[in-house]
Amino acid sequence: MKGLYCPLAHSRPDIHRDSEVNSVFDSIQIRSRTIQSLTTTDYSMDLSVNIGKLKLKNPVMTASGTFGYGEEYADFVDLNLLGGIVVKGISLKPMEGNPAPRICETPCGMLNAIGLQNVGLKTFLRDKLPYLRNFDTKIVVNILGNSVQEYVRLAKTLVDTGVDGIELNVSCPNVKKGGMTFGIDPRSLAKLITAVKRTVSSTVLITKLSPNVSSIPDFSRVAEDAGSDAISLINTIPALSIDTETWKPRLANVTGGLSGPAIKPIALRMVWEASQAVSIPVIGIGGITNALDALEFLLAGASAVQVGTGNFLNPKATIEIISGLAAYLRRKNIQTIGDIIGGMKGTKSGHNPDH
Amino acid sequence: MYKIFKAKVIDNLPLNKKNYLLTIEPLDPISEPSPGQFYMVGTGNSFDPLLKRPFSYFRKTAQAIQFLYTVKGKGTAQMKALKPGDGMQVIGPLGTGYPKPPKGYIPLLIAGGIGIASLFSLAECFTKKPSLIYGSRCKDDLLILNELEKLGSELITCTDDCSFGREGMVTDVLTNFLDSPSSKGTSYMIYACGPKPMLAAISQIALDKHIKGYVSLEENMACGFGACLGCSVKTGKGYKRVCKEGPVFPIEDIVW
Repeated sequence: MKGLYCPLAHSRPDIHRDSEVNSVFDSIQIRSRTIQSLTTTDYSMDLSVNIGKLKLKNPVMTASGTFGYGEEYADFVDLNLLGGIVVKGISLKPMEGNPAPRICETPCGMLNAIGLQNVGLKTFLRDKLPYLRNFDTKIVVNILGNSVQEYVRLAKTLVDTGVDGIELNVSCPNVKKGGMTFGIDPRSLAKLITAVKRTVSSTVLITKLSPNVSSIPDFSRVAEDAGSDAISLINTIPALSIDTETWKPRLANVTGGLSGPAIKPIALRMVWEASQAVSIPVIGIGGITNALDALEFLLAGASAVQVGTGNFLNPKATIEIISGLAAYLRRKNIQTIGDIIGGMKGTKSGHNPDH
Repeated sequence: MYKIFKAKVIDNLPLNKKNYLLTIEPLDPISEPSPGQFYMVGTGNSFDPLLKRPFSYFRKTAQAIQFLYTVKGKGTAQMKALKPGDGMQVIGPLGTGYPKPPKGYIPLLIAGGIGIASLFSLAECFTKKPSLIYGSRCKDDLLILNELEKLGSELITCTDDCSFGREGMVTDVLTNFLDSPSSKGTSYMIYACGPKPMLAAISQIALDKHIKGYVSLEENMACGFGACLGCSVKTGKGYKRVCKEGPVFPIEDIVW
């Protein structure tokens, strides 16, 4: 340890044995073992799922806005292993986003008000999409607009380049126009989905629902009836945090969207309600950080999951979840992940999701 | 080389009531950082606090990385409780550090409070040690003074409450320094790290006197590697990420 600053030399302990190092390491070692075995033996497990016509090699996708354009994670994750990548929301023109501070931490969660900062369609097609195309994974592009025409133009251009899926962002809480205005009004939502679906025809269209509505089943059915091939939920929950020293909101935008483990039980309830209400595939999002979280969403009826804030805590979260799911199937002696979907037991005499 | 690695705590030394020096030993092979870069340090297994915290490294040797930190909130309170042998997960080195000064420019380092952490490694890497202006609120907040003296830099300290060194803020000292006869004819390149208002004031002085330089910024961030866009700050060329294009930015780029 030559050259280190240590004014109280006697306070430096001897190097500890590895066994004394706390449990963080144990879990990391276990994880790396399971990843190893996944790449060798666990391919016998069938993790593949279908989102409409879109076949994913496993049910683990990334949530829009938390995985950049994929390249940000290349140091940590073999992108080929992912079921799918949902890229940061793209608008026709670049958007510069909201002033700082844009994020703050809250207990077991975080608020963000990024404001949909993105490079815009042209740069995405020129600089970002070709990179993503190098990988053997499905590319879903999250799109956002201020009008039906804008969404249609985005969807058409993207589908023409051969992306695997389109996710409609109608639920961002952090912008003034567009975004959530479509997500919380059933009539404009139906109109938007119908128009976009007509344009994208055979490409899978996923509608990302807002949790900020009175009835998830109602909005899920609106999406299904209007022609959406799948729904994904939930987006973040509008929330507020205040600094008690300065009496100011902790975000420059005042409010932001809450994400992370704090919202998982809410998301899980909503995913369950949605999957009861519709027959199209549901993609579960909300506070997923490990394989057990993902399993809960699958049991609640989700056909796939998206990992969001979990990527920030642990950039390897997605691949650890994939290996964890394979290990779970093996332990439970289940051949295919499809057998888990919607498998929650003991709900017959329980709560009616419609009320 | 691992960008995300396990490490164990070697030492977590209190320097005074609220400032600590954490020494960790990476357990995986990692790449060498350059001055001004930072690490995302995860200290616990729980979801509260949820996110890793960004810290500039103070010193890096073959076996260890050291961080100077001030206990401020939940994350640093948890850090303070770390004991030798404890395990942690770290991501790094991250971001863009301090560029070397072009030929003919003399580096001038300006640290405010815990900002010394990121400038120490920079000072260390110059063969001819640069001048360092180092200010804080009070004497207690002037850290690692004996190390700085050992470094051999010309060290000018100041405190807001006049408890040590010169009286006043680093900006006053900086103005005097630049106006002194010995500075005549010297082309300085400023490197500054500290609280935002201090950096804004230094930038103003630099712009007024046509001196070039760099500031290292701090912002809340969720990931540290460019994905969340939570740490973006306004620059003359649009929003830039503190974690990727920064934390070190040219003085003239930042819109304060």
